[in-house]
Amino acid sequence: MDIPLLQVHDLSHSFLEGDERVNALRGVSFEAIAGELTSIVGPSGCGKSTLLYLLGLLDQPDSGEIIIDGKEISKSNEEQRTMLRNQSIGFVFQFHFLIKELTAVENVSLPAQKKGLSKKIALEKASDVLCKLGLESKRERFANKLSGGEQQRVAIARALVNSPALLLADEPTGNLDSANSENVFELLQNLAREQNIAVLMVTHNEEIANRCDKIISIRDGLIIN
Amino acid sequence: MSPSLQLALRYVFSRKRTMMMSLLGIVFGIAFFIVSQAQTSGFQKVFIDTILGTSGAIRISDRFQDNETTINKVSTDGKTHFIFKNRENSRFIDGIDHPAEIIESLSNFPSVIGISEILETIGRLNSHSRGQSVQVHGLRIQDHIKVSNIENQLIQGSIENFEKDRMGILIGYRIAQRLNIKLGERVNLVGTKKNFQLRVSGIFETGASEIDKKRIYIDLSTARSLIGKRFGGSILQLALSNVNNAPDVAKQIQESIGHRTVSWQEREKVWLDVFKALRISSAITVSCILLLSGLGMFNVFAIMVIEKTRDIAILRSIGFSPRDVSSVFLWQGTIVLIAGIILGVIAGAIATYIISQIPLSVRGIFSTDKFAVNWDISHYLTAVFIAALCVSVASWIPARRASRIEPAKIIRESI
Repeated sequence: MDIPLLQVHDLSHSFLEGDERVNALRGVSFEAIAGELTSIVGPSGCGKSTLLYLLGLLDQPDSGEIIIDGKEISKSNEEQRTMLRNQSIGFVFQFHFLIKELTAVENVSLPAQKKGLSKKIALEKASDVLCKLGLESKRERFANKLSGGEQQRVAIARALVNSPALLLADEPTGNLDSANSENVFELLQNLAREQNIAVLMVTHNEEIANRCDKIISIRDGLIIN
Repeated sequence: MSPSLQLALRYVFSRKRTMMMSLLGIVFGIAFFIVSQAQTSGFQKVFIDTILGTSGAIRISDRFQDNETTINKVSTDGKTHFIFKNRENSRFIDGIDHPAEIIESLSNFPSVIGISEILETIGRLNSHSRGQSVQVHGLRIQDHIKVSNIENQLIQGSIENFEKDRMGILIGYRIAQRLNIKLGERVNLVGTKKNFQLRVSGIFETGASEIDKKRIYIDLSTARSLIGKRFGGSILQLALSNVNNAPDVAKQIQESIGHRTVSWQEREKVWLDVFKALRISSAITVSCILLLSGLGMFNVFAIMVIEKTRDIAILRSIGFSPRDVSSVFLWQGTIVLIAGIILGVIAGAIATYIISQIPLSVRGIFSTDKFAVNWDISHYLTAVFIAALCVSVASWIPARRASRIEPAKIIRESI
């Protein structure tokens, strides 16, 4: 039996919206295995993205546990969270969120440089990742000179450059046409299998969700399937 | 190069126009500060050189047997009373009675590098059909050269001629102008006891009009004969190795020999205060330019933090700590500051040099024929310090704000 890379136990999170407290997640528990692509589906506002931000350590849960590779990380301090975000977790957003003042290869090399690699080695590593994603010829282009699909692939390359164990993708195909959506999905699926990464992908696209190894359905802050 | 610095460089160069405006503010602020301080302290330095070159760093004169007055006025309960002190045995000594002994005791002060005994009196100088009253300074010229700038102040004649001729006289150039006296001419000096025919060995210009129109120098023994006083009554003019220590040295001398000892700072306090006020005033005015450029820079960075919230959220998501994020903005401030300092210092030095070449004739309390400037490293360091302070505050506040941005909130709101 595969040992789960990610274990989530009874995770709850709420936030204030105006004067009202919204319970975004109400005791969510699930597991994700390395090498599998898991989709998270549900209607807007059900708590999918909130779950992803909690797993990505961009937010803190009210209660519950997040265990990555056997280590409980939800209560780690800011320094540990920063290190985990840099080395163990990769993030891909709906909008690519590349830094437009940097070239594609510089954008991808940033996490590697932050990890401590020299600029030269980080750029070499970033070039390799871009090459694997078919972006070799675009490596010196500034982010805003790339097409939507290319920008999203660069964002995926940036998430992968430090070889994370967990890749979190928040509607990565949401802003792409069907051809590019297909490309990005295949890319994530291949990455999960070839690099043994646990990929969690929030999506509204039912067709894509159905092609994943596992589907987590959320409604009103609870997992229903 | 750290990723934060790399990003900061890219951000700075991607906003050339706004960063150039901030940079210009710093460059102008630093340059103006340097120029204004160079000017005000330049004129102050000329003034100090003039007073040190004429009246020395320290002057030792009269002596009081004790420092208490004979009658003290006291006020108690709103009523005025007088206390009379019996000073039957007290004595006021005009000048220095035994200069040789004092000079010997002053040799124990290592900072004293020159001592000149001067006998001051008044007389009347007659030439042709004109005459005027003058302040007569009797001195030994070789001693006086050590405590004054008389050699450089001579505009006609020579020290050698004056030294060789016991009946020689050095006169201020305004006296020479008024009495139409030429070098080598004979003049008649009338003292309280005698009068002498003296030959003009030199004409000097100190730049201090009160000296140039009233003072003459003659040999010390001639001066004694002029007033019929063989001993006493003279004063001592001192030169120091470090003129800035004059108040402390003067205090020590007064305590040890009992004679009234006045430093140049005390003697010229009024004018020095005027120069100080001018320097502070110009420094405050010019610092406002730096403050304004700091405010401008603050606005640029504050807007940038708002514009770059998405980048900040991304940076946090890929492993940048809040400190790394704030250092992106602090580095930007540092880049602009360093460029501003380099260009500002160069601009300030060039402007100071150009100003120093502008012809300007000033006579009165000092003499100069062009803009006086003072090349002092402290002006540059102060300008750099003020600029660094303004830029630090201007970049630190937005940087702190940037580091506090919650990435999840920004990403959620961006979608």
